[in-house]
Amino acid sequence: MNRFRLSNLLPVGIFVAIATTMAFGLQRDPKVIPSMLLDRPIPKFELPALSAKQPGINSAKFGPEGLVLVNVFASWCSSCRYEHPFLMNVAKDSRFKFVGMAWKDTPDHANEYLSTFGNPYSAIGVDESGRTGIDLGVSGVPETFVVDRGGRVRLRVPGPMTPEIWKAEIEPIILAAAKSP
Amino acid sequence: MKFFQNVFAVSAVLIFIASQAFAVLPDEVLKDPALEARARVISQDLRCLVCQNQSIDDSNAPLAKDLRVIVRERLSSGDTNEQVFGYVVSRYGNYVLLKPPLQTDTLLLWASPFIMLVIALSVAIVYLRRRPELEASDGIDPDEPTPTNDLKVD
Repeated sequence: MNRFRLSNLLPVGIFVAIATTMAFGLQRDPKVIPSMLLDRPIPKFELPALSAKQPGINSAKFGPEGLVLVNVFASWCSSCRYEHPFLMNVAKDSRFKFVGMAWKDTPDHANEYLSTFGNPYSAIGVDESGRTGIDLGVSGVPETFVVDRGGRVRLRVPGPMTPEIWKAEIEPIILAAAKSP
Repeated sequence: MKFFQNVFAVSAVLIFIASQAFAVLPDEVLKDPALEARARVISQDLRCLVCQNQSIDDSNAPLAKDLRVIVRERLSSGDTNEQVFGYVVSRYGNYVLLKPPLQTDTLLLWASPFIMLVIALSVAIVYLRRRPELEASDGIDPDEPTPTNDLKVD
């Protein structure tokens, strides 16, 4: 009756298999949607300037300008305020062009937001209808896209930029781009 | 008593309205009822990217509204349902489809219920085969001691 058989271990094996699968599943964030644009050319768009002081953005010019970081923000977005101090630091870096896209925002509100918290961008386009953002697959603000010299999207960072993400994901792309002119 | 009747009537109406709840606003609705019906069907199968367990038809999120309007614009410009789905999927990926498509990387997902069924049936068959067959008998085991009512104290 108490004879040991290998098949007795089957339930244990099944448990381990299910537990391992679930443990891996828990590590993944289902809210992070993979970008459709990765390693593809950035869609063509041209957005009007936010203010007379700075130009708007035209994605056709992105390639020749070298590495471009596009930060999608909005004055109504609280995570944007969270990442903003870090973006002010990013603005000091001259190895790439840092442009902003005010998504589903009015020029008045976006201008007020930037005059309050500082303006880290060298060019800002206003996407009041949100259609350009939808073409880029933006699901919420903030989001940051890295576009290389070939005009291809190399990276999309959904959510606020942090020093950790910058170090792990953006810095390697900048260093690689600097090596291959 | 009249009060309770009124409460009941109002509740009944509210429950009816609640069951009809969806997020489509009057200004979004298309004039052509056939196109609008197609738009409703499509938007019920598109996931809202903000509140991710709702369809864009159910969600009040601003992005869901934008996508509902886009669905209707595409339909009005003569797109087929597949082209509308394609338009959204090319931007947000298969993730937006509440019904995942049958393709190589989702094959396991679609096949898993049938795989589980096969496993369950095999286990059941093996178990039933192994079980010693019950002999057709009068149900009395000859070795079993005869029940007794005598309570003997030794």
